[in-house]
Amino acid sequence: MTTTVTPTKAKVKERADSGALNKPRGAVATTIMLLLALAWLFPLFWAVLNSFRDYEYTQRNGYLSFGGWTTANYEQVWETAELGKYFVNSLIITVPAVLLTLFLASLVAFVLARFSYRFNLILLGVFLAANLLPPQALLIPVFRMYREIPLPEFMSDTGQVLGSYWGLVAINVAFQLGFCVFVLSNYMKTLPREIYEQAMVDGAGVWRQYWQLTMPLIRPALAALATLQTTWIYNEFFWATVLLGGQGDKFPITSALNNLRGQFFVDYNLLSAGSVLIALPVLVVFFVLQKQFVAGLTLGSTKG
Amino acid sequence: MSTPTPTPSRKRARASAAPQRERRLPPRDRLVVILMVLVPTVVVVGLVWVPAVLSVILSFGNWNGIGDLDTIQWIGFQNYHDIATIYPPFWPAIRHNVIWLLFLFFIPTLLGMFLAVVLDRNMRGSRFYQTAFYMPVVLSLALVGFIWQLFYSRDQGLINQVFGTEVDWYGDSDVNLWAVLVATAWRHTGYIMLIYLAGLKGVDSTLREAAAVDGATERQTFFRIVFPVMRPINMIVLVIVVIESLRAFDLVWVINRGTNGLELIGALVAQNVVGEASRYGFGSALAVIMMLISTVFITIYLRIVFKEERR
Repeated sequence: MTTTVTPTKAKVKERADSGALNKPRGAVATTIMLLLALAWLFPLFWAVLNSFRDYEYTQRNGYLSFGGWTTANYEQVWETAELGKYFVNSLIITVPAVLLTLFLASLVAFVLARFSYRFNLILLGVFLAANLLPPQALLIPVFRMYREIPLPEFMSDTGQVLGSYWGLVAINVAFQLGFCVFVLSNYMKTLPREIYEQAMVDGAGVWRQYWQLTMPLIRPALAALATLQTTWIYNEFFWATVLLGGQGDKFPITSALNNLRGQFFVDYNLLSAGSVLIALPVLVVFFVLQKQFVAGLTLGSTKG
Repeated sequence: MSTPTPTPSRKRARASAAPQRERRLPPRDRLVVILMVLVPTVVVVGLVWVPAVLSVILSFGNWNGIGDLDTIQWIGFQNYHDIATIYPPFWPAIRHNVIWLLFLFFIPTLLGMFLAVVLDRNMRGSRFYQTAFYMPVVLSLALVGFIWQLFYSRDQGLINQVFGTEVDWYGDSDVNLWAVLVATAWRHTGYIMLIYLAGLKGVDSTLREAAAVDGATERQTFFRIVFPVMRPINMIVLVIVVIESLRAFDLVWVINRGTNGLELIGALVAQNVVGEASRYGFGSALAVIMMLISTVFITIYLRIVFKEERR
């Protein structure tokens, strides 16, 4: 091939501002990107659009029509589907699960980063691999174990771990630990070791080093992980569906939508309104804390 | 923000390369360290590793899950044999999982990689594009299923209204797998893009400039400079794609619980436990098959990570 082997001066100049694309190619790229981005935004846009339309109107005129604007779908879906109740359920599950995950993960991460024991690598492996195992592969023993373990009435109205929030929070924590341990221990390793030496001279024990020295310093990583974990656990579907079972009264909102579909949603505008409401919390988190979210993903970029 | 991803060319500021031996800690501190490791480890071992082992053991038995443990009849490899020979949904499920994997790999993964490479150049409006592509990543797969139903529904869906067709995209077993895959791709692409974007930040920009000065074409720069940097990320992404395809569950479960053209191995396991017939041994054997496949890739993944750790 004899295309550009010898660089002429002009060519060098043209590419000197590397990073940016050259003009014609840039235009093509921009067009493709714009089209793709619009295509990507469209499904959400469509859901929002239809959620504000009257069912009768769209039934009569089809979805390609224009008009029939209303907010009644939102009122109706909130009332009939009892979304409020399920949002509270999600909150009850997500908040403790995220806090526990971060706390437990930071403990292990601290030991992994602060000391170099021979078992460190194995320990990391135990946590990381657990994070990648398919949850379905563990379903049967977990399900059966949960049925076997009794809980007092005031903790679980089923009298066992199965069907209680305790069990669901625990399994979520167990699954998310690996990722958080990995991210946090790597983050902690970037802290200079001298701070610990200084602390030891001052007579600070291991716990104080962890709690008063390390924890405040890893706040950025904790914030990023908290954002990410909140969306993940809020979105978690499998464990909630199989472990809370029964009538689904305890379902978090993500699993609840599935049960509600048959009962209430023959009306797709209503379904749109429900979907938008359920997406809203994570979308708000995403837009407000976008930086944290991206940081969290790129910190580990391993989550399966 | 520092990025301890297993990506290359990112040196860790680990001041002293780990002292060879830890000084002995005072007893109280030793206890603290032991507890700090022990409590989380018990959670993970108890809720992940013990069940994993139990799955393997149960897979050799026949158990309805209701009676005590001594009601289990041990039948050796019978469950595995039955799965391969007389369980109709198994081979379709395997085929669907493989299709799922190939599709995820060839469409959204390559697309995500392409988007990352383009957006990594300082393009105008790059932030807008990034936001657009990874917005679906924050939505749950179950919700993605519902949103796409607005396109796929036979009577009220947009696709049929636009094209005047009458296809039940989620219901027709000839097409529903593809319909689901498109919906998955919508979410998966942005995720992959983000991973590559993070990795590409590790490309030394001076190298790229040098290549430009030396008169390298765009293509040469990409394959000689950018691509090698992405190699470890490619491995990570490959593992993620395999694991994701193996785990696929939410979408098919919300549509029809993984039946009628949407059989997936993850859904089959669930069907055997929460369905009307609880066949614990049989379901466990399916679970073990899943585990075996994932183990191969988890091993690959751990090897990459550990190689980075040792550096």
